[in-house]
Amino acid sequence: MTTTPTRSPQGAEGLRRSRRSGVGSGLFAGLSVGSGALILVVLAAVAAFLLIQAWPALTSAPATLHESIAWFPDKTSLVSFVGPLVFGTLLAAAIALVIATPIAVGIALFISHYAPRRFAAGLGYLIDLLAAIPSVVYGLWGVRVLVGQNGIGQPIQQVLHDVLGFIPLFAGTPARPARSLFIAGMVLAVMILPIITAVAREVFLQTPRLHEEASLALGATRWEMIRMAVLPFGRSGVVSAAMLGLGRALGETMAVLMILSPGFTYSWHILEAGKQQTIAANIAAQFPEANPLGVNTLIATGLALFVITLAVNMLARWIVSRRAEFSGAN
Amino acid sequence: MKLNRHSRMAGAAAVMGALALTLAACGSDNNTTPGASGSSADTSASASGGTSLSGELVGAGSSAQEKAMDAWRAGFQNANPDVTVSYDPIGSGGGRTKFISGATDFAGSDAALSGDEISKADARCAPGTAMDLPVYISPIAIVYNLPSVKDLQLSPDTIAKIFDNKITTWDDPAIKADNPDATLPSDPIVMVHRSDESGTTHNFTDYLAQAAPDAWPYKASGDWPNNGGQSAQGTSGIIQTVQGAKGTISYADASQAGSLGVAKVKVGDTYVAYTADAAAAVVADSPRDTSRAAGDIVVNIDRKTTDPTHYPIVLLSYQIACTSYQDQATADKVKAWLTWVSSSEGQQAGSQASGSAPISDALRADIQKSIDMISAG
Repeated sequence: MTTTPTRSPQGAEGLRRSRRSGVGSGLFAGLSVGSGALILVVLAAVAAFLLIQAWPALTSAPATLHESIAWFPDKTSLVSFVGPLVFGTLLAAAIALVIATPIAVGIALFISHYAPRRFAAGLGYLIDLLAAIPSVVYGLWGVRVLVGQNGIGQPIQQVLHDVLGFIPLFAGTPARPARSLFIAGMVLAVMILPIITAVAREVFLQTPRLHEEASLALGATRWEMIRMAVLPFGRSGVVSAAMLGLGRALGETMAVLMILSPGFTYSWHILEAGKQQTIAANIAAQFPEANPLGVNTLIATGLALFVITLAVNMLARWIVSRRAEFSGAN
Repeated sequence: MKLNRHSRMAGAAAVMGALALTLAACGSDNNTTPGASGSSADTSASASGGTSLSGELVGAGSSAQEKAMDAWRAGFQNANPDVTVSYDPIGSGGGRTKFISGATDFAGSDAALSGDEISKADARCAPGTAMDLPVYISPIAIVYNLPSVKDLQLSPDTIAKIFDNKITTWDDPAIKADNPDATLPSDPIVMVHRSDESGTTHNFTDYLAQAAPDAWPYKASGDWPNNGGQSAQGTSGIIQTVQGAKGTISYADASQAGSLGVAKVKVGDTYVAYTADAAAAVVADSPRDTSRAAGDIVVNIDRKTTDPTHYPIVLLSYQIACTSYQDQATADKVKAWLTWVSSSEGQQAGSQASGSAPISDALRADIQKSIDMISAG
């Protein structure tokens, strides 16, 4: 670009503006690169902290761990100690996801395609509000409403057991009071509902108008239009929304700590008490009275959780990128 | 692509959030000075020799003592406005470790110093020695939720079998034998125990191991030794769980039992309900560990007592201090503090705040002798 006196005043003005914003965009680029790098640094710092703090437990013999930590079982290696915890964590998160995802997709579709515009905005706002409630409040709610005196958890569990008891998942004696992994999973589901809904709603709203109108023009009903145009378009978005929810469910501490009656087995009986425990809740439960090696062991379980969460997020990215060619970018 | 970035950032946020939560859960809420209770300010002032003391007094340890500790700190600081007492309820083990390292002036601990801790603590206290002073007695109640049975009575063997999942229904012959007059339902028993490591569990299992050695195959342990039943976090979690369903039974600080049923425990030939007096009596009459250094008072609670004035399921918690401190000021402060804590007013204040049982006069006299040994050296 050249500047000549023959240029109109507006041109010179525009150029000055672009030169000024050149400084601004450089600054902004620096800032955003810095923020991006900061996340990586923090992540690396957390990983390093976990590894360093877990090292004494990772390198100790199982016998030493059993001797110096009251709750560490005899004749168990660290791996077989963490195993049931990983199992419980994944199972709780899976229950939450199975309950929350269909509901969240339903809410998102309602907001994006069924509800009147003004009502949809209000409802979306309400859903986002759910995300702002602290997890300890969800925990209290679960303890009082689902588990406590005359809680509704017990009848729900009994019905599930009576109707679906032939499925191993719902076998076993339903817990009384209902402090089971299933109830904990239900509370987790409510907690991850807003995040899945919010992302799914945004994705559904981005469905190209032309696709929708084309399918309607071909004589599709609204449901057929959603099935043929909206859902295929939003599938990868829903998957990544679910993975975000899964990430939150995996790490959730307080609600599980308050509701679940813990146990350390590989039991699939989600209605029974005292069978499973999650990593985060176990750390919070044992930390206050743990001795130094106990703390190291707990942090080693935290390292396992870190790895799982990382794996889940990488899986989500992989799924999304695999389907990138179908996304709205083209 | 937009979504990708979202998921990465939010994933990292989720990790950080989980960590923050974990750490927050571990944080302690100490160092808040409760409103001065104003109780017995005069007596504590006289007990501590006036208000000439100043500076800080640092303690850490047992969380069981926390409520009583708040009352003690309030009363002590009321009488000695220039002294700041801080107490970090990090747990008994952590309290002993910190005391041995010299980071604190005194420790609260549900267990006395043992093994190589004794020599390490003595080294920290050189030229003096470390001593355990039993200043906090908390009765543990066996709580149950069975509205149709008002006065449940249980023998040690029956308790052990219930908590070892050997007795699984309320109309079991063993329970009937203990309660000939009661109409027992055929409901299943839901045994509830602590999921976290705790002094309450340690003392309860110690009772079972000693009073019912045939029925209880485990050793005393702060961590619950068997599987089965339900478990809950902390005393409040236990109470909530027991309230949550009929047919539950558990053990908890007696002061927290509330409206739940509390079982009488068979001692000798009679069934004894817990009282503060009966809890203090068993500690007062139990043998001391004679292998300890002068001033170190360690009580081996007589769980097998047959005296009907005793209630054997108690949690005994110690405060650990040195017989000699580096400087006179610290020695004076520790002396004044322990004198106030073990004084009858101090015990009363602790009892009101936490439901603990005040120690007996005889034990107090012995503790005072130990406190008088504290000096600078």
